Amino acid sequence: MNADGQALDGRALDGRAVILGRIRRALGPDRDAPPVPRDYAPASLEVGTPELIALFAERMEGAHATVRRVHDAEVAAAVADIAGRRGLRRIITPPGLDRRWRPEAGAEWLADDPPLTTGQVEGADAVLTAATVAAADSGTLVLDGGPGQGRRVLSLLPDAMIVVLRAGQVVADFPAAVARMDPARPLTVVSGPSATVDIELSRVDGVHGPRELDVVIIEDAAAEPPLAGGRG
Amino acid sequence: MPPFPEAAAHALRDSQQRHNLHKATRTIRAKRDALVAERDDWEQLRLSAEAIKNRTLAHLDEYLLQFEEAATAAGATVHWAPEAESANRIVAGLAIDAGADEVVKAKSMTTEEIGLDRALAAAGVDAFETDLAALIVQLAGDVPSHIVVPAIHRNRAEIRQIFEQNMGAFGRPAPDGMTDDPASLAAAARAHLREKFLRSDVAVTGANFAVAETGTLMLVESEGNGRMCVTMPKTLISVVGIEKIIPTWRDTEVFLQLLARSATGERMNPYTSTWTGVHRAGSGSGASVIDGPEQVHIVLLDEGRTDVLADPAGRSALRCIRCAACLNVCPVYSRTGGHAYGSVYPGPIGAVLTPQLRGLRSEQDRNLPYASSLCGACFDACPVRIPIPHLLTHLRAEVVDDEPAFPPSPERVAMKAASAMFGRPAAMGLGERLAGLAHKVIRGGPDATVPSVPGLAGWFGSRDVAVPPAESFSNWWSRTDGGTRESGDGR
Ligand code: SF4
Repeated sequence: MNADGQALDGRALDGRAVILGRIRRALGPDRDAPPVPRDYAPASLEVGTPELIALFAERMEGAHATVRRVHDAEVAAAVADIAGRRGLRRIITPPGLDRRWRPEAGAEWLADDPPLTTGQVEGADAVLTAATVAAADSGTLVLDGGPGQGRRVLSLLPDAMIVVLRAGQVVADFPAAVARMDPARPLTVVSGPSATVDIELSRVDGVHGPRELDVVIIEDAAAEPPLAGGRG
Repeated sequence: MPPFPEAAAHALRDSQQRHNLHKATRTIRAKRDALVAERDDWEQLRLSAEAIKNRTLAHLDEYLLQFEEAATAAGATVHWAPEAESANRIVAGLAIDAGADEVVKAKSMTTEEIGLDRALAAAGVDAFETDLAALIVQLAGDVPSHIVVPAIHRNRAEIRQIFEQNMGAFGRPAPDGMTDDPASLAAAARAHLREKFLRSDVAVTGANFAVAETGTLMLVESEGNGRMCVTMPKTLISVVGIEKIIPTWRDTEVFLQLLARSATGERMNPYTSTWTGVHRAGSGSGASVIDGPEQVHIVLLDEGRTDVLADPAGRSALRCIRCAACLNVCPVYSRTGGHAYGSVYPGPIGAVLTPQLRGLRSEQDRNLPYASSLCGACFDACPVRIPIPHLLTHLRAEVVDDEPAFPPSPERVAMKAASAMFGRPAAMGLGERLAGLAHKVIRGGPDATVPSVPGLAGWFGSRDVAVPPAESFSNWWSRTDGGTRESGDGR
């Protein structure tokens, strides 16, 4: 093979060598690049304060989600209320979800254990899921497939999504959330229900992902269980 | 496709399109401005983004190798495609190996750029676009006119008609009772595409960012069609330009804070998905299941990017994160629309990126650097601080340098004359008096434009220049003493 990655029979067999060779010729040996400044607002250390929860709620609601703040013992009642109002009858629960969040009556519960078929997931009205972290200033929450969150498909096909967050999971801003996200996991970063601006740039909710997003925040759950696989 | 001056003149006569564009770009500009103003550290974020991308480009070979190693370790297969043709061949081969005769696609300008859909069709594989705007464009047999909102040139009434007439030919037809309300149109697209998501074994996407440190790909979107593509099919193929690399996971905090604000005027886009090779999810009873695709392929694409890299003065165009902010603020783009640029990358970034990617060979590419008023709004809006006006003049110089010195082009003659005149006030005065004379020769009403001037057809053919006024400003100034003695003798 020559320097341009051309195999001796004349065909470019090794695209890798071709591209790397071109880059090295384009750049030459002199590779000066100034250091990266990071003078933008540093990740804030605050977590779970009432002000942050309020800001998160405001931003999420601005993105057309609903947010309820409850005490630890009231989660199941809040979930039952959401299910009742939205008419959600078949609701999926991912493995590892806190059982106390699940109201006893009012809905049929589909545990993804053993894994449900795609048809079963598609046939459900909603998923009840935990999350990994949430960023207040951008109104963002993150799922990473950890306990109580399960496979990506569970929060994708059903029309509605109910997310339960612990106050201690709400950080101030996106950089603080990024520090808690583990790229080795399948991350889904959610900032509101599915939406499009493709028609005349006016926002429409609900294309392919869940059209309805309800968030329940447990205000007195500041101390969260350790993040499975997270970098903390 | 005709060169820009001709195509633009044609586009300007389409009053429906001008109305649609005006409305859409004005909406998005207002939303962006409000959210950018909210960040005190906007300029610091831009400076970081610029430096991160410069660093990436300066060590691109090393970061690509690091990315390959990390992605491979996580279970992905990395392919390298020096040209569009090799990328298309790799993707078609993978789809056929997977036994697929159709694929679902998340919107990707990179696959538009390489003409992947046509290549797949030639290999017997149908490609279905799943982004709403990309679907509108595909159903209409149209081409994208904007990077973020490819159907920006269409209004709701046109979209309703496109759905009604053409959806049936691609799958589930538009429902009875569909109106031109955007919500009704989006619901029709949801139903039309759902069966495709549930049935397709292969998805093809692009990626907004590829993290070298971790081997992670990231897809930024709004609708959930991207989530569908990275979740439902068994095989996921992503075509990623080599300039999409960023060095570290932490760098994502810079770009994600910039991108949505710049692109759609939101604090954060509704969905961002990341994947690092093949993922497994724990199930409650211990056994782990695959979460998402079983096979993850990444095609790293050059296709002219290393040529751009080779020009230190033009290289900064590779920093582009395709947010389209420069399109939305551009006085030229917002009137002509995207099609006139004859490239999937329209607007200011297209005017500098396309000719560099393709080389300044065709008439069309040699015209693109002139498709600008050099007002500078694009640089101000650009989240990675690409000096687009500077690149435009750099490329114009290349176009002119490339021309044979004899016979001299009208641009050369005009520029020579202008530099001689601006350099000497006396000559300037004489020039202005001559222009006044020209007024008498050319004639026309107050709003008339210069039709043509013998010997300068090339210059005036692509520029609407007002007929020079009868009196020059400096003449008027000395005659009226700066307007204080405006006499009633107005000729
Ligand atoms: S050049 Fe800058 S403003 Fe234009 S699309 Fe690229 S990143 Fe956005």
